[in-house]
Amino acid sequence: MSFAEIQQKAGRSWDRFQSGETPRVLVGAATCGRAAGAMEVMQAFQQGCATDTTLTPVEIHEVGCLGMCYAEPLIEIRGPAGDRVLYESVTPAMVPDMIRNHLGQGRPVAEYALCRMLPQEYGHTGEHIPVFTDLPMIRHQLRIVVRNCGFIDPTDIDHYIARGGYSGILRAMDLGPEATTEEVKLSGLRGRGGAGFPTGLKWSFARKASGSPKYVICNADEGDPGAFMDRSVLEGDPHAVLEGLLIAGYAIGANHGYVYCRAEYPLALERLRTGIAQMRANGLLGEDILGSGFRFDVTIKMGAGAFVCGEETSLMQSIEGRRGMPRPRPPFPAHAGLFGNPTNINNVETLAAVSAILEKGGPWYAGIGTEKSKGTKTFSLAGKITRTGLIEVPMGISLRTIIEDIGGGVLDGKGFKAVQTGGPSGGCVPAKHYDLPVDYEHLAQVGSIMGSGGMIVIDEESCMVDVAKYFLGFTENESCGKCVPCRMGTQHLLRLLTAIADGQAEENDLETIRRIGDTMKKASLCGLGQTAPNPALTTLDAFMDEYLAHIRDHRCPAGVCKALISFAIDPKACTGCMACAKVCPVEAITGSKKQPHAVDQQTCIRCGACRQACKFGAVRVE
Amino acid sequence: MATTQRTKIAKLDMTEIFENHGRSRDNLIPLLQEIQEHLDYLPPEAISRVADHLGLSENDVYGVATFYAQFRFHPPGRHRIKVCQGTACHVRGGGMVLDAISRKIGIVPGETSPDGNFSLERVACFGSCALPPVVVVDDTVYGRMTARKTEKLIEGLE
Repeated sequence: MSFAEIQQKAGRSWDRFQSGETPRVLVGAATCGRAAGAMEVMQAFQQGCATDTTLTPVEIHEVGCLGMCYAEPLIEIRGPAGDRVLYESVTPAMVPDMIRNHLGQGRPVAEYALCRMLPQEYGHTGEHIPVFTDLPMIRHQLRIVVRNCGFIDPTDIDHYIARGGYSGILRAMDLGPEATTEEVKLSGLRGRGGAGFPTGLKWSFARKASGSPKYVICNADEGDPGAFMDRSVLEGDPHAVLEGLLIAGYAIGANHGYVYCRAEYPLALERLRTGIAQMRANGLLGEDILGSGFRFDVTIKMGAGAFVCGEETSLMQSIEGRRGMPRPRPPFPAHAGLFGNPTNINNVETLAAVSAILEKGGPWYAGIGTEKSKGTKTFSLAGKITRTGLIEVPMGISLRTIIEDIGGGVLDGKGFKAVQTGGPSGGCVPAKHYDLPVDYEHLAQVGSIMGSGGMIVIDEESCMVDVAKYFLGFTENESCGKCVPCRMGTQHLLRLLTAIADGQAEENDLETIRRIGDTMKKASLCGLGQTAPNPALTTLDAFMDEYLAHIRDHRCPAGVCKALISFAIDPKACTGCMACAKVCPVEAITGSKKQPHAVDQQTCIRCGACRQACKFGAVRVE
Repeated sequence: MATTQRTKIAKLDMTEIFENHGRSRDNLIPLLQEIQEHLDYLPPEAISRVADHLGLSENDVYGVATFYAQFRFHPPGRHRIKVCQGTACHVRGGGMVLDAISRKIGIVPGETSPDGNFSLERVACFGSCALPPVVVVDDTVYGRMTARKTEKLIEGLE
């Protein structure tokens, strides 16, 4: 079958999927949907639809993540009248109602609905349901990398092809390898894994390098805690990434590609395996791809749980079957990479952008974003924010728009204190920079980094010393130990931060933190050690008063650091409901029913369970 | 527990696994992963057979295996409880959940309970950051957990 025929076939299959002829239920079944109970809901639909004999046969599909993780499980129903409604926080108990009314009688259940997927209003709904593209979380977004996530069945290559997929590689093959590289240069795309190196330039190095065979690698070892952009793309639209890898291989002249994906992402790995098999079946892998004479194949390598393997030289060591330790550069991978041969490594998001760029053109992409930071960036919004999820926005959008408009502001109306960007390598951007345009340059100006795109919102109830200690605990554990500045530096910083959190530190320890941090930045072998002090240094700059409260007053203003706090029950607010006493693991709470309770400070282990259990806000931190 | 593990090792014909992998060094990590997939951990016998197959020293194989957090050298419990300690889980009480489980079963992360029922692990991040805190029990992901909900979950497993 020629590619034109494959496209025609895909188009027909997509049209069937989109048309209202068959009623459909689309279940958001990426990892986050599943964690919220999507599979139980899907089962309820399967059983409910099978037993209702009055229904037109319904097709049920698993789709990827729309990015509105706070509202999971998300279910889209395409009713018999051609209407499409997205329902939020669906539980199995809501399913019979949805089957009877929406699938059966074509009346969407407005009470459970989040939005309509199509702009047309349906007279019979009776109540107003907003349109998807008008939702505050969606309105400010520009979805390029996640263009298909949540809209297509990720296990059906036809859906991807019908929405323009694999026309990027087709166009690349018309242009030839050199012009393809130029097209990527023209787009201004910079590496989305963290460092932000221009992608087209990187390709041209590997293209020009002598030596064979050459390799291309997709870095899917998304290790930053708090980041899940790559997982969502791989789970929701694996072909966008695989096509990008194919294009990269074609441009630099590599016949073999690797996807290095972490083992903690079983669903992403499954989607990749399915995707690769489908590429092969459609002549998009193997010998003579699309009649161009170009030969390409892909191997999946599963990571084994080492954060440092996100660093490119470590990643290649790991593929070769060695301890994943970095080595000094130069030589850069473009000259001496995997098995000593020229190698090009790009991250998942970069490659998903590449497939869109080749489809729509470099100048199109360069028209989005700011002067030096082109295009869009995905971010995972997490922490103390109302609407957690995955978003994609044009570069240069303000932090305020992201957190307030898209994310719905800080959780429970608490005060915004800072946002942590860039994971363990990044820093905390304090509230005074709330109007900062988010791009590579501006984040660097305030001492943080874009990183891979994790954004953790921190509110007034989070302690900045604790946040810094948390990250150093992570990097200390993940440091591979090869170079002294990182191995010893992370240990010392963690020790000092722990002492501060325990109220055991002195003021000159802060100077020591700066000195060690500075040495690590200059002398560490790889990015892990060079950036590991950032969480400590940036919080020290912006939140000195909190550090001093711990050191001078032995006080944790946010009420987090266990050694410095105690729990007490406010007798005026306490109703004597016993809820706290029931959850206390050490029986430190005394008091009889309907009488105010009290905490025995000697027994209390400060686990905070009572505070979580109290419905009246009577448990106070002191 | 120990007996079932031994039977499992005896029963598993590792030959098939070895036949599917060549003898070059880049097969090392996939081989260890596949063996662990079948046995739940890497017993000394497996290490020595891998070393033989690839023409490496056992020392070298251990060196690589111990570098990566994924590999275990002791049998895990019947139920594997993994508690996410990612940033989002941390700021939303992941530490409290871990402490509660630890108290409930009476083991610290990295240990297996004496009856072989549970093992407890802390994991850096599962990437389910929008539903914190996250607990994974035997490959099922549970989001929006609290100390109390987790305790109930464990009681259901016992």
